[in-house]
Amino acid sequence: MPLIQIENLARRYVMGSETVHALRGVSLSIERGEYLAIMGPSGSGKSTLMNLLGCLDTPSEGVYQLNGKNVARMGDNELADIRNREIGFVFQSFNLLARSDALHNVELPLIYAGLTPKDRREQARTALVNVGLGERLHHRPNELSGGQRQRVAIARALVNRPSIILADEPTGNLDSKTGIEILALFEELSRRGNTIIVVTHEEEVALHARRVIRIRDGLIAADEINHDQRAVTGGAAAAAGGFAPPIIA
Amino acid sequence: MTLATEIRESARIALAAIRANKMRSGLTTLGVVIGILTATLVGTMLNGMTLAFERSVSSLGADVINIGRFPWMSFDDYRLYRNRKEITFQQYRELERQMSLASAVAPQSEDFGVSVSFERRRAKGVWLVGNTEAALAIRGLTVTRGRWLSASDVNSERAVCVLGSYLAEAFFANDDPIGKKIRINDIPYEVVGVLEKMGNMLGWNQDNQVVIPVTRFKGDINRRPDYVITAKATRPDLVPEMREEARSIFRRIRRIEPGRPDDFAINQQEAITSFFSGFKTTLGSFGFFVTGLSLFVGGIGIMNIMFVSVAERTKEIGIRKALGAKKRTILTQFLMEAAGITLFAGLIGIGLAWPISWKIGEMAREAGSVFEAQMSWWIVALAIGVSAATGIIAGFIPAWRASRMDPVDALRSE
Repeated sequence: MPLIQIENLARRYVMGSETVHALRGVSLSIERGEYLAIMGPSGSGKSTLMNLLGCLDTPSEGVYQLNGKNVARMGDNELADIRNREIGFVFQSFNLLARSDALHNVELPLIYAGLTPKDRREQARTALVNVGLGERLHHRPNELSGGQRQRVAIARALVNRPSIILADEPTGNLDSKTGIEILALFEELSRRGNTIIVVTHEEEVALHARRVIRIRDGLIAADEINHDQRAVTGGAAAAAGGFAPPIIA
Repeated sequence: MTLATEIRESARIALAAIRANKMRSGLTTLGVVIGILTATLVGTMLNGMTLAFERSVSSLGADVINIGRFPWMSFDDYRLYRNRKEITFQQYRELERQMSLASAVAPQSEDFGVSVSFERRRAKGVWLVGNTEAALAIRGLTVTRGRWLSASDVNSERAVCVLGSYLAEAFFANDDPIGKKIRINDIPYEVVGVLEKMGNMLGWNQDNQVVIPVTRFKGDINRRPDYVITAKATRPDLVPEMREEARSIFRRIRRIEPGRPDDFAINQQEAITSFFSGFKTTLGSFGFFVTGLSLFVGGIGIMNIMFVSVAERTKEIGIRKALGAKKRTILTQFLMEAAGITLFAGLIGIGLAWPISWKIGEMAREAGSVFEAQMSWWIVALAIGVSAATGIIAGFIPAWRASRMDPVDALRSE
């Protein structure tokens, strides 16, 4: 059974007297361990698809099976649980809590999962060490570089051992060199067996994925295997800070 | 996530949020501070007054009536009563002879400004009371040294007196006053007894009194004293009947035609009690009103600031929701923040009230009153509870709104 099974997923927004069809019936299945890019120009519906995949939003129509559960019909609290356990978000603008240090930011999902303070501190520390930020545990976001912030966000996404890592323009706010470092990190995570979905409008970024889905006007325009998947060299990965990739169960 | 963790985490977040906005949170608390301050002070005052009142008025005796020209606790024009005919010793005799429901009846004459001296020591403004032997039981007095007036003291108009504890101490300190001669308005009297310490009654120092035979009072102090007649009921439950009996007999004695109003007043402890409870109700309602108003205004301020806080942290709410925070978690977080601010305000209010009530208590003590400012633990507990509740009520709508935010919209906000 695929990790994600989507059938005829549609999302409409009512804006005043107008109904916007953001997604018009998308069917898709994603296997465990895939490295997938969702591409499309702005307004194509890729953000809507990402929100639905991330259980931040519910579809107007269709079925979304995640790990065998139909999340399309779930209530707010159940969705909050699913987001907490199954999905690790990486956002373009990092979305870290400005007043909290790196460690506490990474602890957040564990707090909502109900871990004891001791356990979550331990796990958050490990996650940060694994993305090469073992020396930055008590730095606040404004004391970190863009690349470091994004790595805190990735540590936060990984700390709950989710089924999917969902990244929305993860390199959008980074210079190209730092962007490469982040992509190298994703590559390593993919190699370790994580399922990664990257939503982007940059061809450069999408080409690192194994499979590329193109969205246009709320429909899937193309769904193809990327035969010349780019890889960041080992040298670049080392340049990323000599991180030891996390071990995901 | 368990409720305990949730509350602990929310408290942590709330504390950080309040710390980050010290100025704003501080200013917002003002209304709540004033509200809690008023509530605590009024509560403390009422508490102290009730205690002082109970301590002093209970000495009047609930089964005693007091017949005089003037009603107690009346704010009518004094001139309405001034022209009433004096109550005479003869009238007292007549009343005592006719009454059947009273166990004791006694006349009392008073002067509030006599001068008393012993050797070189002198006290002015002393309360001089003319009594008979029966007054001991009626007035509920206790003699700690020597004896009370006897029937023969009264009948033979002996120059003897019983001292209040304050005077006894002032004149004799550690010596035995019994048998000593003091001078009241320069007339020598022999001390035969000392009264137990009674403290103040409604601000009146009862220990600054001297009691002499009422017959003596007429000769030495005032030729035509205005008597007050006191009577004690045979049984406490007979007080209303005794009151009626005394009234009808006294009307006949005073020759009041049927249909005409009384030209005397029958007073009871109850008059003071009910006046006082009316006063307490007034003060209480005033305190309640001011408290309610300040808490209301303060609450609106808190609500306003919480709306701002929620709006400012929309993004944070989005992030927390994306990471798995449930509605209830967000709700708790903001409720704790609001309650934290008002709790802080409440503690400031209590903190301000404490030295103020202490100071009032001290001033009262210096003025010789038995009033004590009592800031009891339940007032503090109530104030803390009320301030936290204010925060929770005021913060509810903003917190509710925060908890219901759509995560997609919240994440998109800047």
